[in-house]
Amino acid sequence: MLLTPMARRSAHILKQLLTKSEYCPTQSGSSCSRLTTQTRHITYMPRPGDGSPRAVTLIPGDGIGPLVTGAVEQVMEAMHAPVYFERFEVHGDMNKFPEEVLDSIKKNKVCLKGGLATPMGGGVSSLNMQLRRELDLYASLVNCFNLPGLPTRHDNVDIVVIRENTEGEYSGLEHEVVPGVVESLKVITKFCSERIAQYAFEYAYLNNRKKVTAVHKANIMKQADGLFLESCREVATKYPGIAYNEIIVDNCCMQLVSKPEQFDVMVTPNLYGNLVANTAAGIAGGTGVMPGGNVGADYAVFEQGASAGNVGNQKILEKKKANPVALLLSSAMMLRHLQFPSFADRLETAVKEVILKGKYKTKDLGGQSTTQEVVDAVIAALD
Amino acid sequence: MARRALPIFKQLTCRSSPTSFAVKPDPNTRFVTYMPRPGDGAPRPVTLIPGDGIGPLVTNAVEQVMEAMHAPVYFERYDVHGDMQRVPPEVLDSIRKNKVCLKGGLRTPVGGGVNSLNVQLRKELDLYASLVNCFNLPGLPTRHENVDIVVIRENTEGEYSGLEHEVVPGVVESLKFCSERIAKYAFEYAYLNNRKKVTAVHKANIMKLADGLFLESCREVATKYPSIKYNEIIVDNCCMQLVSKPEQFDVMVTPNLYGNLVANTAAGIAGGTGVMPGGNVGADHAVFEQGASAGNVGNEKITDQKKANPVALLLSSAMMLRHLQFPSFADRLETAVKRVISEGKHRTKDLGGGSTTQEVVDAVIANLD
Repeated sequence: MLLTPMARRSAHILKQLLTKSEYCPTQSGSSCSRLTTQTRHITYMPRPGDGSPRAVTLIPGDGIGPLVTGAVEQVMEAMHAPVYFERFEVHGDMNKFPEEVLDSIKKNKVCLKGGLATPMGGGVSSLNMQLRRELDLYASLVNCFNLPGLPTRHDNVDIVVIRENTEGEYSGLEHEVVPGVVESLKVITKFCSERIAQYAFEYAYLNNRKKVTAVHKANIMKQADGLFLESCREVATKYPGIAYNEIIVDNCCMQLVSKPEQFDVMVTPNLYGNLVANTAAGIAGGTGVMPGGNVGADYAVFEQGASAGNVGNQKILEKKKANPVALLLSSAMMLRHLQFPSFADRLETAVKEVILKGKYKTKDLGGQSTTQEVVDAVIAALD
Repeated sequence: MARRALPIFKQLTCRSSPTSFAVKPDPNTRFVTYMPRPGDGAPRPVTLIPGDGIGPLVTNAVEQVMEAMHAPVYFERYDVHGDMQRVPPEVLDSIRKNKVCLKGGLRTPVGGGVNSLNVQLRKELDLYASLVNCFNLPGLPTRHENVDIVVIRENTEGEYSGLEHEVVPGVVESLKFCSERIAKYAFEYAYLNNRKKVTAVHKANIMKLADGLFLESCREVATKYPSIKYNEIIVDNCCMQLVSKPEQFDVMVTPNLYGNLVANTAAGIAGGTGVMPGGNVGADHAVFEQGASAGNVGNEKITDQKKANPVALLLSSAMMLRHLQFPSFADRLETAVKRVISEGKHRTKDLGGGSTTQEVVDAVIANLD
């Protein structure tokens, strides 16, 4: 074939590019075709016996709870994950947590639960709170991040909210001083503030996070939140490699919705944590997709990240259109906590692929699918 | 033709951007977070044995990088040399206490008298599985691509070969015990790491009883893992296949005799023994060292010029961090090493470059994020 010099040169370069696109050596920072498909990490060398199945307590709960925990069970089955569930029935209108459930969690150390509906008004205290107090799960963790394929008004969100879970405004200490006057006690202790700060910094250290932000209202509640801040500052001095700053909660809410990329790990007392976690979950895609868990010195309970007490309304329940993504990602967190990183990666990749493709989305994400359709899509996407 | 070529160029060069491969999510995005238990960040002690030859050089490289990362490990160093009669008991006690050890090579004297200390260590601690992970590193040109093999080799039996002539029930039982546990470990490894296939390497057509026993155990264990494929290959054919079509192998389980050869061959086709990580594990302890040829401690020239390749031991220490349940630190170390290799500016002589060990270490530290 007769080729001009330039055509000859182009042919040569074309050939190179074509072979390059099948196996291209990477320039640092750019991902090429080989890397986007499954680069394996350095292998994990398990101890003999690490593959034996672990028992996990399962509490389906109320409302959409049984639906989404059923989803998790199906996916675990499909993956042949080395976990098996011991199921216990607990409902939000019980007076207290059944003893055998607590014993089971104490034995297994790990629990997965759907939400428990908390009745409004006097009489029965929230069972979610009771569980956390009984097992001393003092840190609640919500991981809020943008999922590729899920359009939101905010980009670059990757926030972990670590919230003190046992004291503060949720102490449950309320009394009527005189008829018509109610006092509610907010209790902040150095012990609890110190341990939540310690956990937040240790979490940042182990997960290669760069910054911890303490959220407070110490300009008004000078002593209570002041104590919290003092503890955070003390712990911060022990981790010089992690940046630490403080922000007042009202400014924080405003910053969250205008420039969320400035936040990395946030440590908060109980009440602010609830609000900040839900806001962060909302800007990143909604409470239907954010995973989370509660951890203490001995036990860990995984559940939907934010609004765990919101068990959905009748309509979602009847049409079986609840979003299982949050609990599926929480169960991936659980697999990582149980030291099964490969299974966690598979589950998470499958879920992210389903969200990315966008064909199977429940109503809160803008789609029309039922829970079962999403689960089937995740199982089909497992590799 | 040049005009026609232009739009094709444009397409091909944009193709390397991740958005066009929309279906698979980018694995460099953060994973769902790991929620540690309180106290998981407390530093762990690890026994360190620098060893002989290039050993002190490369273990020092690991210490520098761990320091730079502020990794939650601290090393308890012990001097052991290949010409000692046996491994000192305080070293064994330290490993028993810490459960994890990192070591450079120990030179095995050729000729009679002194047993290899590498082997002594494995026998004392009953580290019955040796694992070598051989894979292509992006940026390191080799004659073979798509290599991703893990060789799991039985580590304790070969020395018992003298007992093969004694046909006593006890001997047959001890061989079966060892074959079973290495097969179990290989399948459990494949299960936990999402590997699809396990290949048993043998020479049972000749050594019908010995390797036949090995194969029987492998087949038994394979029935318990129905979703993992299992096949067998004779070792001579295996060596030939390794150098012609290595992509067919995934996890390979071998007895001691062949494992050494297969592991070194696989390491060689994937980039050399200077870059492949590996470790030895038993029921209670784990010792990490350079993947293949751990007894090869280099020659005088490399030691004097300080040009030994630290990559193998750095990647082994990343395996160790993963074993100690510090996945984030393992990821950082591994990413930094892979970046240095793919950039190609700092490479030691065995990879075709001219850098010293220290230059490579500095490059890795600079690439940590």
